[in-house]
Amino acid sequence: MNRIEEKFAALRAKKEKALIVYLTAGDPSLNVTKQLIFALEKAGTDIVEIGVPFSDPTADGPVIQEASQRALKAGATLEGVLKMVSEVRKVSEIPIVLFGYFNPVFAYGVKKFALAARAAGVDGVLVVDLPCEEAAELRNYTDKMGIDFISLIAPTTGKERLKKIAANATGFLYYISITGITGTAAPKIENIKSEVAKIRNITDLPIAVGFGISQPRQAREIGHFADGVVIGSAVVRLIDENKNKRNLLKIVSDYISGIKKELR
Amino acid sequence: MNQTLPDKNGHFGIFGGRYAAETLMPALIELEKVYAAARKDKNFQKEFKEYQREYSGRPTPLYYAGRLSDALHGAKIYLKREDLNHTGSHKINNTLGQALLARRMGKKKVIAETGAGQHGVATATVAALFGMECKIFMGEEDIRRQAPNVFRMKILGAEVVPVKSGTATLKDAMNEAMRYWVSSVRDTFYVIGTTAGPHPYPRMVRDFQSVIGRETKRQIMKREGRNPDVLIACVGGGSNAMGTFYPFRNEKNVAMYGVEAAGHGLQTSEHSASINGGKVGVLHGNKTYLLQDAHGQVRDAYSIAAGLDYPGVGPEHAYFHAAKKVTYVTATDKEAVRAFSFLSLQEGIIPALESAHAVAHAMKLAPKMAKNKIIVVCLSGRGDKDAQTIIETI
Repeated sequence: MNRIEEKFAALRAKKEKALIVYLTAGDPSLNVTKQLIFALEKAGTDIVEIGVPFSDPTADGPVIQEASQRALKAGATLEGVLKMVSEVRKVSEIPIVLFGYFNPVFAYGVKKFALAARAAGVDGVLVVDLPCEEAAELRNYTDKMGIDFISLIAPTTGKERLKKIAANATGFLYYISITGITGTAAPKIENIKSEVAKIRNITDLPIAVGFGISQPRQAREIGHFADGVVIGSAVVRLIDENKNKRNLLKIVSDYISGIKKELR
Repeated sequence: MNQTLPDKNGHFGIFGGRYAAETLMPALIELEKVYAAARKDKNFQKEFKEYQREYSGRPTPLYYAGRLSDALHGAKIYLKREDLNHTGSHKINNTLGQALLARRMGKKKVIAETGAGQHGVATATVAALFGMECKIFMGEEDIRRQAPNVFRMKILGAEVVPVKSGTATLKDAMNEAMRYWVSSVRDTFYVIGTTAGPHPYPRMVRDFQSVIGRETKRQIMKREGRNPDVLIACVGGGSNAMGTFYPFRNEKNVAMYGVEAAGHGLQTSEHSASINGGKVGVLHGNKTYLLQDAHGQVRDAYSIAAGLDYPGVGPEHAYFHAAKKVTYVTATDKEAVRAFSFLSLQEGIIPALESAHAVAHAMKLAPKMAKNKIIVVCLSGRGDKDAQTIIETI
């Protein structure tokens, strides 16, 4: 069992739902991102998704677009992110998923990436622009390294396609709660509920729900039927608004523990 | 050459593909199916041809540029006059085809990205023609330097959405159009303007633009009784070049040149030459040559010609380059501006700054060729829209 499986098993035993938090690595700096990961873990985050910044994030809304630009300006690279992950790994066993776009990985070299990610302690990858048709290009290497390939399911994904994706999925499935980009609209809970039920019918993998979730109340409602909730843009915005404050870690921790409370 | 490219997943060798967000995948697969059916549907093809003839004014002339040829003391230069299409460029060849597909799919809203505004105008035009709602994404820098086209789009009833991110040019407009499409994919058709994007776009746009090369072949045969020795077209994303080259891809003894924009020079970082100055990568749904840094971050492109100001290139061009089927060369801003003036003065034809890059390469080649040799240049668009840029340059 890898860290992601262990985490979901432990949560199931406690009858808790997973809180998955996304951070754009390197915004405002990789060092602060590392401190934030430690703080997030203490505040009850179960899995951390580390966004590898990319110049052209076509699936992201303005909040993560701008965070990616700031991170790139501050010098974040995939290599730097992997190094930071290995530093986190020295002291923490929190499951880590790298989240991003394919080109930085492709430029780094897929094989070299798989080896380096494994060595750094990465547990899963989620590549937004690598649908199942193109995934082999990366999975040929990451699967062998025991790194989960987290697959996305969209509201537009039909039944046959859903089966195909679920059949090859590892780790957990990520259900995109809105037909849209990250952090731009509030999802309709009833719609998500029926979609998650459909996914549940064809897979035993845990199902997490993300895109557009920011409120404790939303987390609680989704936690009733899903296995995990992803918070992204809301945290990224909070970090940006408070990055110059001394109590940044506390502000973010308070917000996160407020969400986690609803998932217990 | 393999006749069946792209393969079923849209790959041209290692290039192309469908590197798209899951939300868009079902729409791309549906589009591929609808297009495959339309391709075989005689009524679709008949209607498409009728619009090309009656609305766009095809066939466009293949004009012998006698004064230009004489002035260069070399090969005979013919111009394929895509600038004489309705709306002033080759872009309408593609937008007519895609609008007919949108109608077939029951979509009443279309969106598009645009750089020079030529594709935006061509999309706004067909949207008006078919009574569709139209949004055009355009970088703020391009809105500034291509003001006449912005007015034309507005007159045609389109909403022009300014894009501020990045360098506020074509790449950013395409990012924003893709984001908007992710949110509106259920009722909106995305009219991509070049042979790039995720499968099936590169193939579809190639097919719609191939009328350029097919006509050229017929016209030069009638006029000269043989194929040209050289074909030249400018390459940004590469739709006019692909349309020109594709029907000649299996001809022997036809040398094909794609001209990329070298901007301030290939040795500077300010150019748009993805093949000559880039590396293989993935952007906007396909694998191709990209201008990027060592970490896979896409670099900003630059060219005086807004329509070439793009850091990628259509995946089939990447394939033609790797297969050595087409030679990709470059022309700088300066060379393009010189060609722009030269053609205007010699022939009374003002070329688009994009097309002027192709003319610039003809001006390099022609003097070195014998007088009985034949060059065909795809004059992809007219240059009225560039008056402002030229005034600022001179």
